[in-house]
Amino acid sequence: MTDVVLKPDRALTEEVKGRSLWQDAWNRLLRNHAAVVSGIVLIIILLLSFVGPYLAPHSVDEVNWDYIDSPPNFAAGYYFGTDQNGRDLLVRTFYGGRVSITIGLVATLVSLAIGVSWGAIAGFVGGRVDNLMMRVVDILYSLPFIFFVIMLTVIFGRYMVLMYVAIGAVSWLDMARIVRGQTLSLKRKEFVEAAHASGVSTFNIIRRHIVPNTLGPVIIYVTLTVPTVMLTESFISFLGMGVQEPNSSWGVLVSEGARVMDISWWGLIFPCAFLSITLLCLNYLGDGVRDAFDPKDR
Amino acid sequence: MTVTAFPKSGARGIERARAGGAVLEVSNLQTIFSTPEGPVSAVSGVSFAVNAGEAVGVVGESGSGKSQIFMSIMGLLASNGRATGSVKFRGQEILGLPLSELNRVRGERMSMIFQDPMTSLNPYLTIHRQMTEVLVTHKGLSEDEARRAAIAMLDRVQIPEAARRIDMYPHEFSGGMRQRAMIAMALLCQPELLIADEPTTALDVTVQAQILELMNELRRDFNMALVFITHDLGVIAGLADRVLVMYAGRIVESGPVIDIFKTPQHPYSAGLLRSMPRLDEAKGERLATIAGQPPNLQRLPAGCAFRDRCDFRMEICAAETPLLQSFAPERNKACHLARL
Amino acid sequence: MLRYVIKRLIGAIPTLFIIITLSFFLMRLAPGGPFSRERALPPEIEANLLKAYHLDDPLWLQFLNYLGDLAHGDFGPSFKYKDFSVGELIWGGFPTSALVGGIAILLALGIGICAGTYAALKQNSRLDYSTMGFAMVGIAVPNFVIAPLLTFFISLKMGWLPVGGWGQLKHMILPVIALALPQIAAIARLTRGSMIEVLRSNFVRTARSKGLPEQVTVTRHALKAAMLPVVSYLGPAVAGIITGSVIIEQIFGIPGIGRYFVQAALNRDYTLVMGVTIFYGVLIILLNLLADIIYGFLDPKIRYE
Repeated sequence: MTDVVLKPDRALTEEVKGRSLWQDAWNRLLRNHAAVVSGIVLIIILLLSFVGPYLAPHSVDEVNWDYIDSPPNFAAGYYFGTDQNGRDLLVRTFYGGRVSITIGLVATLVSLAIGVSWGAIAGFVGGRVDNLMMRVVDILYSLPFIFFVIMLTVIFGRYMVLMYVAIGAVSWLDMARIVRGQTLSLKRKEFVEAAHASGVSTFNIIRRHIVPNTLGPVIIYVTLTVPTVMLTESFISFLGMGVQEPNSSWGVLVSEGARVMDISWWGLIFPCAFLSITLLCLNYLGDGVRDAFDPKDR
Repeated sequence: MTVTAFPKSGARGIERARAGGAVLEVSNLQTIFSTPEGPVSAVSGVSFAVNAGEAVGVVGESGSGKSQIFMSIMGLLASNGRATGSVKFRGQEILGLPLSELNRVRGERMSMIFQDPMTSLNPYLTIHRQMTEVLVTHKGLSEDEARRAAIAMLDRVQIPEAARRIDMYPHEFSGGMRQRAMIAMALLCQPELLIADEPTTALDVTVQAQILELMNELRRDFNMALVFITHDLGVIAGLADRVLVMYAGRIVESGPVIDIFKTPQHPYSAGLLRSMPRLDEAKGERLATIAGQPPNLQRLPAGCAFRDRCDFRMEICAAETPLLQSFAPERNKACHLARL
Repeated sequence: MLRYVIKRLIGAIPTLFIIITLSFFLMRLAPGGPFSRERALPPEIEANLLKAYHLDDPLWLQFLNYLGDLAHGDFGPSFKYKDFSVGELIWGGFPTSALVGGIAILLALGIGICAGTYAALKQNSRLDYSTMGFAMVGIAVPNFVIAPLLTFFISLKMGWLPVGGWGQLKHMILPVIALALPQIAAIARLTRGSMIEVLRSNFVRTARSKGLPEQVTVTRHALKAAMLPVVSYLGPAVAGIITGSVIIEQIFGIPGIGRYFVQAALNRDYTLVMGVTIFYGVLIILLNLLADIIYGFLDPKIRYE
């Protein structure tokens, strides 16, 4: 039996390159056309909402009695038309975007903060504390939260900030469950035990090991929470309990538009379009992110 | 090289089977899955035949393609898989048959049982329902007749109190009983060919032995061809007449079971046999392994897929893929080495 | 099975208690009382009014009294609609809301399950993509956007249906559609996903290997298994319809409970707000329980325990 040594063939020795989870997910996301298009559209809307008002021909408070309730008029610079007070709808729509998106992001952050803390503590401490905390989540989950949101905004409506908090305060439940689940499964993994054994403090274990690993599901959840929260805000604003005049959010604008839709179609169509497209894109993006991290053969 | 267990049949069994004619003839079967990362070739040009009443063992590790061959034959491939080539059942080409035609063959003339009976049985239907539908669909029996036949078959596979148990749901059965029920279900129409895809892998060792014993009996009683897919050589020894050894989507060796066990002619087969732990080994001996990793089916190397794990590799192994060729009566190997 | 039901029932009690308690204290926290919206009343009259409604009692006493009344089915008087008790108002509006909501959920189940199943069977086809595209729109776009848009195109532009009001069949069509749409979308998506997964499961593979016609495999083997997640979704679906009805009734001027709720919230009509919240809370709990029971029936592992 002679042992003939072969020249190593590059095709054989080239391993399948190991890719990090993030890179894998990012690649998958980029392959999802709906998500990519949605992302681009969202960036455009973000720019329009935050930068738009500075570029628009009319300012948000500008009232022009000559142009009350007038249809889109390119000559006069009223691209979306005006409302019953003679204000430019284009700029108001952008401004509404600013408010709606800001509330969406802030409330999501609030829900993130509460949810992650709650879930991480419950998962990590475990035992009876965990049981109790999750029981609370279960009970709150089955409550008709929209009623409480309405109540909360009735109470705190005058103070916009508290409204963000109120909306966030009813949306953290899913987050808490996810984070708790992740924490529980991570707690048992070997590297946490190793850290524990070498004397790393509980706080640092949470900070350095558990948090980075739960980031995946949290990101997924955040991208899906933002539209939910925006929806809640526009829901109550539509009913007249949320954002109030003279501020506008898209919910307020849709409400106004609906009231006068028999005479001015533009008041309804444009805010509806913006709100719908934003929510749609957020949903497609959120779905894309979720598939990127946890692919199922669709 | 001695074997721990002597196979129950051998060359004579093969002769008998050959007399009954070929039940299954596979010619150049190729199965490719399209994935986002590119095509994966699970089965690369496989040809073999199964004769009436014969027991053929198909051995290989995960990823060798052993299951996918028969998934392709039964038309059970995942939606991203495509099978090409020729598969003839009793002379009739079944690869590419329209579903309605294929459904007349499978379940009635050709059956399959799977690895995990818990997930392979419908948890939401009673065993009764799942069994009688086979007879009602294929043999046109009435519900009553079907029920009686099903109970009789459950008896035959030694499920106690069959008449009472038949109305239970799968989760009320134990693992071994479930697999027996699956076997019963597969045999209701007395098929000419039964394909068993690792039926004992998920079971306890003692139960394993019982099931194997049962399958042997049933094969003889029903005069049925049996294909037994497994990664466990020990199981093959007691059951098969002939063995096909698979690696990376190809058959690398085939022949009567005694011959393969006594004088394997492919380095992979030899490696498999060597790595089986044995009762008569001296204590303290290290377990033999086959060095290296199974190949990446997405990037199959040119030439022989086994070469970088092979102790006997030569230059030609990188250049030319060895074809499956006969080197003795009934024996084939796909290797450039003249003699192991 | 019985144990399962009892366990659920018992679990519902703390939830109910929390709903009642939270509603009570939240409403009391709101600045301004029920009478501050009206013309400023002379202090003696206001004091008398407060006394008549027990609003000058310490909070904990009010709470206990409320609980006691609730046990008798008495939600208290409405502060705004002085001639009616909350109970009367709720019972008056409930049949309307129930009718619209009930039809909406039936529509949602019927269309949603069919659409989802077809999409799953023809996965990745154009039918699948377009159905799921519609579903995405139905889920993402809020119903208070869809409702005015529907009204705009169908009522105003086409004149086929009335803009609002109540009394005849034609008044029900748009509200029911607007209410059902998000749930149709959600159920379609859920059914499709569930069905796709079930079609890939091992027992469906076995059914196919037995040579059963594909139609039998789908209806007898796959469908039942795929329905379980949909049944689990019934609870949230009903909650969604109830939430949606608040807006839909407002937009179309339907005299149901949802419309009372909005008005009451704005008017600080404590008892009415609480009454509606508790009523709907109980309804949701009961319907969740019903959904759980149906699920228990469908899953033999639970049914025969």
